[in-house]
Amino acid sequence: MTLLEVEDLTVSYRIAGGEAPAVRGVSFSLEPGSKLGVAGESGCGKSTVALALLRLLPKTARIGGTIRVDGEDVLGMRWGRLRAVRWAGASIVFQGAMHSLNAVRRVGDQIAEPILLHGTAPRAEVPERVGSLLERVGLPRWRARSYPHELSGGQRQRVMIAMALACEPKLIVADEPTTALDVMIQAQILRLIDDLVGGQGIGMLMISHDLAVLADTCDRLAVMYAGRIVEEGPAAAVVADARHPYGAALSAAFPRIGDPASRRAPRGLPGDPPDPADLPVGCSFRPRCPVAEERCAEVDPVLYPVPGGRSAACIKVRAEEPA
Amino acid sequence: MTVRLQNEGAEAAGETAAPPVLAAAGLRVAFPGRGGRGTARAVDGVDLEVGAGEIVALVGESGCGKSTLARALLGLVRPTEGRVLFSGEPLDYRSRALKRYRHRVQLVQQDPSGSLNPRHTVYEAVAEGLRIHEGATAEEERRVADALSRAGLRPPERFFTRYPHELSGGQRQRVVIAGALILDPEVIVADEPVASLDASVRGEILRLILDLRAELGLSALVVTHDLGLAWNIADRVAVMYLGRVVEVGTVEEVLSEPRHPYTRALLSVLPESDAGEPVVLAGEPPDPTRIPSGCRFHARCPVLASGEAEREGIADRCRTEDPGILPASGGDRAACHHARLHG
Ligand SMILES: Nc1ncnc2c1ncn2[C@@H]1O[C@H](COP(=O)(O)OP(=O)(O)OP(=O)(O)O)[C@@H](O)[C@H]1O
Ligand SMILES: Nc1ncnc2c1ncn2[C@@H]1O[C@H](COP(=O)(O)OP(=O)(O)O)[C@@H](O)[C@H]1O
Ligand code: SF4
Ligand code: SF4
Ligand SMILES: [Mg+2]
Ligand SMILES: [Mg+2]
Repeated sequence: MTLLEVEDLTVSYRIAGGEAPAVRGVSFSLEPGSKLGVAGESGCGKSTVALALLRLLPKTARIGGTIRVDGEDVLGMRWGRLRAVRWAGASIVFQGAMHSLNAVRRVGDQIAEPILLHGTAPRAEVPERVGSLLERVGLPRWRARSYPHELSGGQRQRVMIAMALACEPKLIVADEPTTALDVMIQAQILRLIDDLVGGQGIGMLMISHDLAVLADTCDRLAVMYAGRIVEEGPAAAVVADARHPYGAALSAAFPRIGDPASRRAPRGLPGDPPDPADLPVGCSFRPRCPVAEERCAEVDPVLYPVPGGRSAACIKVRAEEPA
Repeated sequence: MTVRLQNEGAEAAGETAAPPVLAAAGLRVAFPGRGGRGTARAVDGVDLEVGAGEIVALVGESGCGKSTLARALLGLVRPTEGRVLFSGEPLDYRSRALKRYRHRVQLVQQDPSGSLNPRHTVYEAVAEGLRIHEGATAEEERRVADALSRAGLRPPERFFTRYPHELSGGQRQRVVIAGALILDPEVIVADEPVASLDASVRGEILRLILDLRAELGLSALVVTHDLGLAWNIADRVAVMYLGRVVEVGTVEEVLSEPRHPYTRALLSVLPESDAGEPVVLAGEPPDPTRIPSGCRFHARCPVLASGEAEREGIADRCRTEDPGILPASGGDRAACHHARLHG
């Protein structure tokens, strides 16, 4: 069965003087044992999607659409059921969560908490379970007795992953799991994630603004812009040959060491993503799009299919592919 | 060997080359131990130069001493040993001289939330350095406007009354850069200037640093753990490991033909790398309170672990003989017994 199905997800935040549509109709699905990457600049709605999946959004947010985990409708779930699903069905590693560990509690006790709360293991077996979780994330068992301040950033991130695994979820949502870690620690964490997902049939939604990390780790990749997926396809293909001008700009912004074209020639994308409360008319990427035309102001492109099991939301893609 | 864009002509003409604008000579910074821990030798013998108009990237893992070295070069921490030289002159640590120095060598910190005061407008943030160094001046407004537009915030007046939370991450980083530019520095020391920015914004900020070098002749030391950044903007790169520069050279040399096993490992784990099998070093970088004897990298070195060093007959030296401090310029590129055999 499909592990995660998201259909036409919308999220609006109530803000002073109106509404900010942060997610505007996002659909995707995820099979067990596979990894979907979500890329896009800061503010494009990635974390909002992640939070919506487990109904962790603030009260000011209004959600629409459907989310199914293992066929079960998340948005219609009652609280008790939702709490169970939150750890045992799906769990989340938050952006910057390594700073959110409780400073005055030993990390072993923090990993044990969801296990005790959900009765996943008999009380007497909990210390053993915590020890084996620590080993699974590459930390020695004695680290259970450490306080967060005794751990480095990379080690704290491993503890967060151990917590996410504590109740053996089938789905893990990782929001920027390696952002702010240095390259060597990032490589360690990515390798760990790879082993966990591949080896145990866990499904993973991995969010990052680092396209290179996603291309390296994920099977498929969705690029978000202004609350929508604007490009989707096999991860390597999207990064190597993006079909949406935004995907192409993001991809070009990554320096390729050794490539003379990027030597002394950093490439970016001028301008900022639009404010969700004040979206441009027509294609929302138009103000920054290097190849925009007049007619881009008249259509708000949806995802059009592209050969190779891909899709892109740009009228130029549609022009190439007569329906 | 060093690339000094501005000096090339002079050197070719046989004139004496100007001394580097900024240099570290035998620099050490140690922090006294607390709570039973030994002294932390955060910077443990570094020779490094930044030439006029040159951009040098200082790279390495978290905790290897990059920021401490940068702070020492800025005169913000006093070296335990060795010297900082500005245009060939040793740094004078008396307070007035130091204040003058900090005018000419500016720190650009990683913004996002850190270095901007949330209650100060953009105008106040940019004018702050000017007020500290020159007091209230008649031309303050013009200079704030100039600095903002040089940092790419145009038209500058539109940003005067904004607060940090009303700006995007990239715009905030530009405000921080404008705050440094307002004093017309000769050198900027930028500590992770783009670390938490999107790739798209990162490219724009890096382009700004290149433009500033071209327009103002600025020199820069850029501290980062992003090797792609070095490829994008630097002339030379110094790779730091546990308080030492272990490899130094032009960007092309170091990134295309790395010699030190540590540099090779760093390059191999980049997600976009095609340098063969990634060498993921286990564990965190070792502790500056307990620097290993011999080569400080030996406990994690893949050349030693694979038996290659043994076959070359250098394994004992790796464990017992310190490969030494690399000179700031000239020839010796990597502090490694193995690399020197193949050098
Ligand atoms: N004031 C201090 N007292 C004691 N130890 C310190 C102090 N400042 C830094 N250190 C130690 O010196 C070492 C180098 O720290 P530094 O901040 O220079 O690293 P860095 O290379 O900039 O790392 P990052 O990439 O994480 O910023 C670290 O082990 C750090 O814990
Ligand atoms: N609690 C909130 N209230 C109002 N707006 C919010 C809130 N959280 C996020 N937003 C807005 O929603 C948009 C998407 O944010 P987010 O999902 O955090 O993006 P990302 O994770 O891609 O950086 C942004 O414009 C952001 O400012
Ligand atoms: S629809 Fe037009 S503006 Fe939008 S991405 Fe395509 S070309 Fe650019
Ligand atoms: S000196 Fe020996 S241990 Fe050190 S980096 Fe070179 S080969 Fe490795
Ligand atoms: Mg986010
Ligand atoms: Mg630092």
